[in-house]
Amino acid sequence: MSEQNAIKIEGLGKKYLIGHNLDGGRPKTFREALTKGFKSALTSVRNMAQLRQLVAGDEIEEFWALKDVDLEIKRGDAVGIIGRNGAGKSTLLKVLSRITEPTAGRIEITGRVASLLEVGTGFHPELTGRENIFLNGAILGMSRKEIQRKIDRIIDFAGVEKFIDTPVKRYSSGMYVRLAFSVAAHLDPEILIVDEVLAVGDAAFQRKCHALMRELANSGKTVLFVSHNLRSLRELCRTGVLLEQGQVTGVGPIEQIIDRYQQTAADVQSVARLGAIEAWVKAEGREDGSNVFRLSLTARRRVSLSELCLIVTGKDEERLYILNQQNSFEMPYDLGPVSLQLRIDQTGPALVEGSYMVGVYLKADGKPYEDLAIARLEVPARKGFQTFYPPEVRGVVEPEFAVTVAAALEKQ
Amino acid sequence: MILSSKATADETGASKSNQHKLVIEAGRANRQYWADLWHYHELFAVLAWRDIAVRYKQTVIGVAWAVIRPLLTMAIFTVIFGRLAGLPSEGEAPYMLMVLAGTLPWFLFSTALGEGSNSLVSNANMIRKIYFPRLISPVATMVVSLVDAMITLGLFFVVAAILGFLPDWRIIFLPLFIIYAFVAALGPTLLLAALTAQYRDFRFVTPFIVQFGMYVSPVGFASSVVPQEYRLLYNLNPMASVIDGFRWSLLRGEAALVPEYLALGLGVSLGMLWLGLSVFRSVEKSFADVL
Repeated sequence: MSEQNAIKIEGLGKKYLIGHNLDGGRPKTFREALTKGFKSALTSVRNMAQLRQLVAGDEIEEFWALKDVDLEIKRGDAVGIIGRNGAGKSTLLKVLSRITEPTAGRIEITGRVASLLEVGTGFHPELTGRENIFLNGAILGMSRKEIQRKIDRIIDFAGVEKFIDTPVKRYSSGMYVRLAFSVAAHLDPEILIVDEVLAVGDAAFQRKCHALMRELANSGKTVLFVSHNLRSLRELCRTGVLLEQGQVTGVGPIEQIIDRYQQTAADVQSVARLGAIEAWVKAEGREDGSNVFRLSLTARRRVSLSELCLIVTGKDEERLYILNQQNSFEMPYDLGPVSLQLRIDQTGPALVEGSYMVGVYLKADGKPYEDLAIARLEVPARKGFQTFYPPEVRGVVEPEFAVTVAAALEKQ
Repeated sequence: MILSSKATADETGASKSNQHKLVIEAGRANRQYWADLWHYHELFAVLAWRDIAVRYKQTVIGVAWAVIRPLLTMAIFTVIFGRLAGLPSEGEAPYMLMVLAGTLPWFLFSTALGEGSNSLVSNANMIRKIYFPRLISPVATMVVSLVDAMITLGLFFVVAAILGFLPDWRIIFLPLFIIYAFVAALGPTLLLAALTAQYRDFRFVTPFIVQFGMYVSPVGFASSVVPQEYRLLYNLNPMASVIDGFRWSLLRGEAALVPEYLALGLGVSLGMLWLGLSVFRSVEKSFADVL
């Protein structure tokens, strides 16, 4: 009976420990600093003696990135895993790829697995393209013979024949990514686990990758695919799995699951957790075509904020534009429990009326965080704007334009 | 059950999917740990090759570094220990050559330890993104030290020829002592690699151990100058008998090789290897979470 299943997951759980610093984490007196330093050193030494993990902070919280996950994936199915940031998608892939050990539960995998959590894992900049093919191929689990047999196809697919004996540090980023993906594409696994690596390269190369993925899925391979790009999920997958807060909340045909996901994304709370930062976003579309965003950030401990962008996305979570806050105030900004409040007025090309999503990208203490669906932006029809066309056909933006008839050839 | 997630070339079609079954369970000891390790021997070879290939890239004098380091060490130690301190050499052997014969295994050990213990951190991006038996990473990195040692060995022959003190038949035992040096380095390296991954403090500990070890090991002086009453304590350091072994086989047996001390050093090495392996294995599953 289990012959039908490529992957069978039962009661899977993965726990992480996170440390929090209380009172902003900063000692107020020298004496406090001393006792605190001594205490934490003592705990660290005790942990070390037992070979346990070090977790910095006054208060240690258990966090289940995955909890009670049961899932069966049929052989030959193309499965898309959908969920918001922090829902546990990447953790699930990591556990399935044996990179990290689960805390609870059991997984049975039938068939050879290749997992592609990153393009170009292990690429060394000093080595040539050809050398890196062998290196990366071995890392992904190909044998030397297999690589030798496929190397011409790999080079051809990547389109880097001319530079194959040049160190990859001289490559453009596009060439680098194409070569890396090409190696991975020529793996011949029975189960392929892919994490958003297709979001690289130019449009032509992405089409090539999509075609290849579809071919894999159609040739009876089991494909497990995590992406934020709903359009590629629709294109590539038959079955969808919805993950929410570490739990599977829906399995079914991909269209149905995407709809469910969009519904859950629609009742947005306007608040999102991005690492230690809590972001509150409110967006309002005006009838004159401008938009107003209000953004409020707080952190429970002191965090250095070095980048901040608002991201506006459309129906398929495709990015329409970002509002970079780099020049709005001095970065890095020391964020603490006192909230940082911003009001952003955006004018310029008006959006076609409809519903959009607003998200935030930020970098806190050097780590990037992103949540694409924090608040909704409802754009009303513009006042005084005349058109016959319904919003569905008008694209996304309505720039201002003027027409002059430069020359009119009269027909004779 | 074949424990493997490796995609092998499979043209014969002999091994089909239903034979590949992998079970991942919380806290499950990988019963086929060593078979799995063997399965990844090609990756081991490729990683070792990578480390060797890139070791001297983007340097001006390249492989010459593998010659200059032991050469300068030899010169300094000969002046300090041989001339200034006036210590005796091993029997008839020229002091300079005796130092070089000690420098050879010492650099083999210290390079292996230094590079190997840091290898998990320097391969962190790979460990976070792909599965392979983690043991491969430090051991493959250690192979680099063997290549350097071969270059130093070439240097030894040149210096020995100039001084007219080429090795005799005892050199046929040299490979055994090279393996011994590697095993002596393996235990501490695995231990330090595992600890460095979990606690970065050990990045500062390793260079200190290397520096300290250079003085408690007979690199710049002969074992014969160590007073008899301290010999047992002194030989608890496996590198003492490793270096004595190198000198015995390279210096026509002028350096005494005491079987009891050799056995002691070997015992300590194997004990360290056991300790290093068990610590490594108990923490390796969490590497992806802590790196």
